[in-house]
Amino acid sequence: MSLYRTELRRLGKRRFARWATLLGLLVLGAVLVGVFFTNQKIGPDQLAAAQQKAEQEYQQQVRWAEAERKSCEQAKASGQDQQDGRYPPDCEMITPPPPESIEAQWFLPSTFDFRASFEEMIVTFTAILALIGFVIGASFVGAEWSSGGMTNLLLWRPQRLTVLLTKLAALLTGLVGVTLAAAAVWTAGFWTVGTLRGTTEKMTSGVWQSFALTGLRGLVLVVVAATLGFALASLGRHTAMALGGAIGAVVVGQFGLGIVMSMAGARFVEAWLLPTYGLAWMTKKVTLEDWDSCNTSSHFGECKPDTFDLTWQHASILFFVALVAVLGAALVSMRQRDVA
Amino acid sequence: MSAVLEIEGLRKTYKSRRRGVRHALDGFDMLVEQGQVHGFLGPNGSGKTTTLRTLLGLIRPNGGRMAILGQEVPAALPAVVNQVGAIVESPQFFPHFTARDTLSLLAGAGEVPQTRVDEVLELVGLRDRAGERVKTYSLGMKQRLAVASALLKKPKLLILDEPANGLDPGGIREMRTLTRDLAASGMTVLLSSHILGEIQLICDSVTIISLGRRVAFGPVDQVLAEHSGGAVRVRLEAVSDLPAAADALSRAGVAVTAHHDHLMLTGVEKPAQVSRILAGQGLYVSELAPVTVDLESVFLELTATAPVPGQHRQVDQSTKVGDAGQPGVAGGGWGA
Repeated sequence: MSLYRTELRRLGKRRFARWATLLGLLVLGAVLVGVFFTNQKIGPDQLAAAQQKAEQEYQQQVRWAEAERKSCEQAKASGQDQQDGRYPPDCEMITPPPPESIEAQWFLPSTFDFRASFEEMIVTFTAILALIGFVIGASFVGAEWSSGGMTNLLLWRPQRLTVLLTKLAALLTGLVGVTLAAAAVWTAGFWTVGTLRGTTEKMTSGVWQSFALTGLRGLVLVVVAATLGFALASLGRHTAMALGGAIGAVVVGQFGLGIVMSMAGARFVEAWLLPTYGLAWMTKKVTLEDWDSCNTSSHFGECKPDTFDLTWQHASILFFVALVAVLGAALVSMRQRDVA
Repeated sequence: MSAVLEIEGLRKTYKSRRRGVRHALDGFDMLVEQGQVHGFLGPNGSGKTTTLRTLLGLIRPNGGRMAILGQEVPAALPAVVNQVGAIVESPQFFPHFTARDTLSLLAGAGEVPQTRVDEVLELVGLRDRAGERVKTYSLGMKQRLAVASALLKKPKLLILDEPANGLDPGGIREMRTLTRDLAASGMTVLLSSHILGEIQLICDSVTIISLGRRVAFGPVDQVLAEHSGGAVRVRLEAVSDLPAAADALSRAGVAVTAHHDHLMLTGVEKPAQVSRILAGQGLYVSELAPVTVDLESVFLELTATAPVPGQHRQVDQSTKVGDAGQPGVAGGGWGA
C-alpha cells in the first residue's frame, strides 16, 4: 500500500474529518430544505390571489387619498395649513396612484427560479465547503504534529517534503471527491426545488455552462481554503495555529481594518475585506460604490456614486499570492526545522 | 564483526539570542557492532535523545558523520530506513485510533504486509486490546505499542529509547526476554535506558554520554573492569592485626584505607601479592576479595552525577570529557 493510499485511509478514519464533513453536509441540507419550504410554485390560484391583493391595495390607496384630500380641504378652510404647510397648494393634487402602478407580482409568494437563483446557491455551497475544507485541512496535519503522529511517520518515511505533499494530495483528493458528490446532490436538490416549488424554465446550454464555470471556481476556492488551513497548521505544527490565525485574520484583519479604514475616510472600504474577493471570484465582478462622492448625471441633479470594479482576476492574484506564500513557508519549514 | 551503527564527531548546536549557545552534541562518537545489544546511557539532558533523533533524520546535525548498516545517513536514510525500527522518547500516537489502526497505517506507509500487524500485536501482548483506542491505554501499554511499531519492519537495527518506561515488573522482564530473543535472532539492538541494572543484565556493550560527549564505551565487563580501580577487600583472622597489616602493605606501596573490621586496598595488580606480603609478616588472611563495581556506580562516577548530601544537582551538571581537569564537573547548558 502506498503512502498516498495510506494517507487517504487515515483521512477517512479521522473522526474530526468525518464529523466536520457531516456537519457541513447537514448545514447544506438545512439550506436546501429551508429553500424548499419557503418557496412555492406559481399557478392560476396564486396569480388570482396576487391580483386580488393588488386590487385591495389599490382600493386602500384610493380611500387614503380621498381621506387626505378631505383633510386638506378642511385645513385650507380653517387656515391651519398656512401654519404647518403640510398639504399642497391645491388639494386636488392629492390623487391615488394609477391602478397599473401596483403590480400583482409584488403579492406573489416566493418562488424558486432555478435559472435566476442557482448561482447564489453555488456561492452558498462554496462558502460552507471552503470553511469545512479549511478546518479539516488544518486538523488533518495539525493533530498529526501535536500528537506525535508526524514524528512516527517520518521515522518510517524520512522524506519530509514527500510526506507533507502526499498528505496534502490525499486531503485534497478526499475533499474534491466529497465536494463533487455534494455538488451533484446540491444541483439535483435545487433542480427538484425548482421543479416542485418554482420553475426550471429557460435553462439553455449557455446557462448550464455558466453554472459549471461558477462551480469550478467554487471548487478552486474550496481547494485553496483547505490548502491554506493545512499549510498554516503545518507551519505552526498545531491545528490551533490555523484556526487561531483565521480568527485573528477575521477579527483584526477584517473587523479592525474595516473600522480603521472607515475612520480614515478611505474610499471603497470593502476592497480591504476578504469576503469581497471571495464574492468577486465567484460572481466574476463586484462593483463597489463610494456613497460619499456625488457625480451629477442628469438634469434633475441625481447623484451617481463613484464605483470600483473588483474582478475575479484581482481575487485570483490575491489567492495565488496567499497560497504560494503560506504553502511555500510550510514547505521550507518542513524541510529546514528540526522535529523535536 | 561489522559495524551496524557508526557515529563520529557528531555535533549539534542550538543557538538562542537570549540564552546563547548550547552544544547538545559536542563531537560525540559511537560504534555498535552487529548482533549486539548495546546500551546507551547518559544523565538527563546529556544528548541521548538528540543523538537518536539526529541519527533518524529528525534533527539536522551541525557536523560529524553517521552511518547505518554501512550507509551514510542522513543522505541514505530513505534507503536504509526499512531496516531500522525505532522508538524515540515517550511513545506518541494519535489518541483516537485503535492500536490495530495505528500499526496498520504505519505498515501501509512503510509498505509492510498487513499480516505483520497481528504478529507484532501478539509479540508485545496487545492482541486482546488491539481494538481499543490508544487514548485508553496506560503508559506501559503505549510503550508496548511503540515497541510493536518498531518491530513491524523486522528491522536489522532496533533502536529503543527507554522501552521499559512505564512497564510493570512483569513487563520489564518480558521486555528483557524479548530484547535478548531479538538479539539472538541476529537483530542488533540499541537500548537507551536509565534502568542500569537492566542494561547490565541485557547489554553486551555500552556507550556512556555526558554533556554531548562520549565518556566511556566498550563491552560491559571491560567498562566495569576499567573502573573498578583494582580494589581489594582484606580481612584477617584477628581484627587486632589490622594496623600491622596496613603498615606492612603501605610500606610495600599499596594504597590502604582502614575500616574497623577490614582494609580496602586500591592499585593492586595481583591479589596474590597481598597474601605474600602479609604472610611474610606472620599475618594470615581470612578473606581476600576483589571488589566488583556495578554499572550504576561506574555511571555515577563517570558522569559525576552521584547525589551529594546537601546539594541539589542541576540537569546540566555532569562530566564533560576534554575539559581542563577532567573528569570533573562542568557547568553545561545554555550559555556554556
